[in-house]
Amino acid sequence: MLLATDRWRERLIVGFLFAVAFGLPWLMPSRALFVAETASVALFALSLDLVLGYAGIVSLGHAAFFGVGAYAAGLFAKLVMPDPLTGLAVGIAVAALMGLACSLTILRGSDLTRIMVTLALSLLLYELANRFDAITGGADGLQGMAMGPLLGRFEFDLQGQVPATYALAVLFLALLLVQWVVRSPLGATLLAVRDNPLRAAAVGIPVASRLAFAYAFGAALAGAAGALVAQTSGFVSLEVFSIERSADVLLMLVIGGAGWVYGGVLGAVAFKVLNELVAGITPQYWTFWMGLFLLAIGLLGRERVLRPWALWQRPSTKAVR
Amino acid sequence: MGSLAAPFDKGSAVSAPVLRTERLEKRFGGIVATDSVSLSIAPGARHALIGPNGAGKTTLVNLLTGVLPVSAGAVYLDEVDITRLPVHRRVARGMVRTFQISQLFRSLSPRETLALIVGQQRGLGRRWWGSLAREASVIERADQLLEQFRLASVRDVRTDQLAYGKRRLLEIAIALACEPRVLLLDEPVAGVPAGEREEILQTLAALPAQVSILLIEHDMELVFGFSRFITVLVNGSVLAEGEPAAIAADPRVKAVYLGSGAGHTP
Ligand SMILES: Nc1ncnc2c1ncn2[C@@H]1O[C@H](COP(=O)(O)OP(=O)(O)O)[C@@H](O)[C@H]1O
Ligand SMILES: [Mg+2]
Repeated sequence: MLLATDRWRERLIVGFLFAVAFGLPWLMPSRALFVAETASVALFALSLDLVLGYAGIVSLGHAAFFGVGAYAAGLFAKLVMPDPLTGLAVGIAVAALMGLACSLTILRGSDLTRIMVTLALSLLLYELANRFDAITGGADGLQGMAMGPLLGRFEFDLQGQVPATYALAVLFLALLLVQWVVRSPLGATLLAVRDNPLRAAAVGIPVASRLAFAYAFGAALAGAAGALVAQTSGFVSLEVFSIERSADVLLMLVIGGAGWVYGGVLGAVAFKVLNELVAGITPQYWTFWMGLFLLAIGLLGRERVLRPWALWQRPSTKAVR
Repeated sequence: MGSLAAPFDKGSAVSAPVLRTERLEKRFGGIVATDSVSLSIAPGARHALIGPNGAGKTTLVNLLTGVLPVSAGAVYLDEVDITRLPVHRRVARGMVRTFQISQLFRSLSPRETLALIVGQQRGLGRRWWGSLAREASVIERADQLLEQFRLASVRDVRTDQLAYGKRRLLEIAIALACEPRVLLLDEPVAGVPAGEREEILQTLAALPAQVSILLIEHDMELVFGFSRFITVLVNGSVLAEGEPAAIAADPRVKAVYLGSGAGHTP
């Protein structure tokens, strides 16, 4: 993986899939909002993949970063200015700073603190957003944010075609960036830290700063995902901090497979589509079917969960001459 | 690096030690694993550290490399106090170790492992673009190490699928990929088949003369073949130190080794 140079097949497949995705809101306008939401959630799953799959940090309350991005972008649009891209940047920056702050506790704490820190943070933020309802709207959610036109030209339509295209474009760029980083020499040191921090330090890799980087980067992407949800739906509710949010994104990553760039995105798409399909048939039993699906993956397709690329690649690693 | 310019004299101990500890101490609760150890490693040393199991040899390496914090005492590298320096900063100063129990990057192949370490060594570790595959000199050095340690045939196999002997070889190749000036080898050939042991140690003995080596090893044949100086550690403290012949003749050392059943005739 690290030393492969020949990626044309991968580029072709990804390019094709994104072309289809970009076409969807225009071919099936009734599905545009669904596409927008799925793209945002896929970005959220990508961010968790970076933290969990590439840096090996378990983040049980990853919604903390997502929610902070959502509220930051929402409040920015409502109180400061309606430009979407500036709002997105604000959401990213706030979440990244929070990720950096969290990484300090992560570097000091034991494994258990690592797991708990974001979980505690998401609970805390949930209560704060609830309490300060004068600013956040509390349990009623943050309303009345008017989005300006994208790039000063494209108005956010109610049907969701422009929002969907916007969310897809952000997801696509984020995916390119992540792919770029994880395959770089820096990304290689991240893998080393994930696989064996003791050895990584013993070959001169600054483990603490690598973990902090991965955490802040992951948090920034989660913040971007939250900002996208806020902007494309024009609404932020307390639910962005909920445990369900954190749990769902973990499930998505399990479905798609952690530790490869497309795992989070594919898992999110599968999760969302399944949700849509099952909810259309038997809305009240969605969690039952989801549970069954996960069991099936766990029991039948362990290989697929642990080494998802094995399905797409021949066993021997391609190597450079 | 510049300090290596002056030629050193093998016979006398004129040159300042490259690595030195001062009354180093490590306690685990009630156990004193390292008890006031003052050790000097000369430039270009072929220095062996021997002692029965549980003597505190691995703990000493952990203290030298910063994996464990010291309870008391100090560590000097090139006469600079590095007692509180983090692990990776000591590596940057040229002190590298191997682990008694192989510590590998399980999901990477030997080639990926070595390429990433050589890349890190050459200052690429923070570059967030490009690919190691395009760094011809990095790949070249990685392949050279693969050849040298007979890993070329398994270069693309995940390391958690490697046979035991190959894992040990990779463990040592990793240390050499870091271009060490001071190399601490914690039982590098333990578990390696007899035929290959000799060969690995010859590779190590053939390292440039400026590289200072501290070897921990149980096989006395190998120890006496490899080293020019021996320190005997027992119960966390230094029992005896000297040239191989003097150590072999030391009755206290004989007592320890006869007592623990590992007999030897140099
Ligand atoms: N992390 C640790 N916690 C508690 N005791 C330890 C730890 N590491 C080593 N020890 C103890 O320190 C002593 C020396 O161990 P070690 O350095 O591994 O010996 P050697 O490498 O010479 O066989 C042993 O009694 C061992 O049980
Ligand atoms: Mg030991």
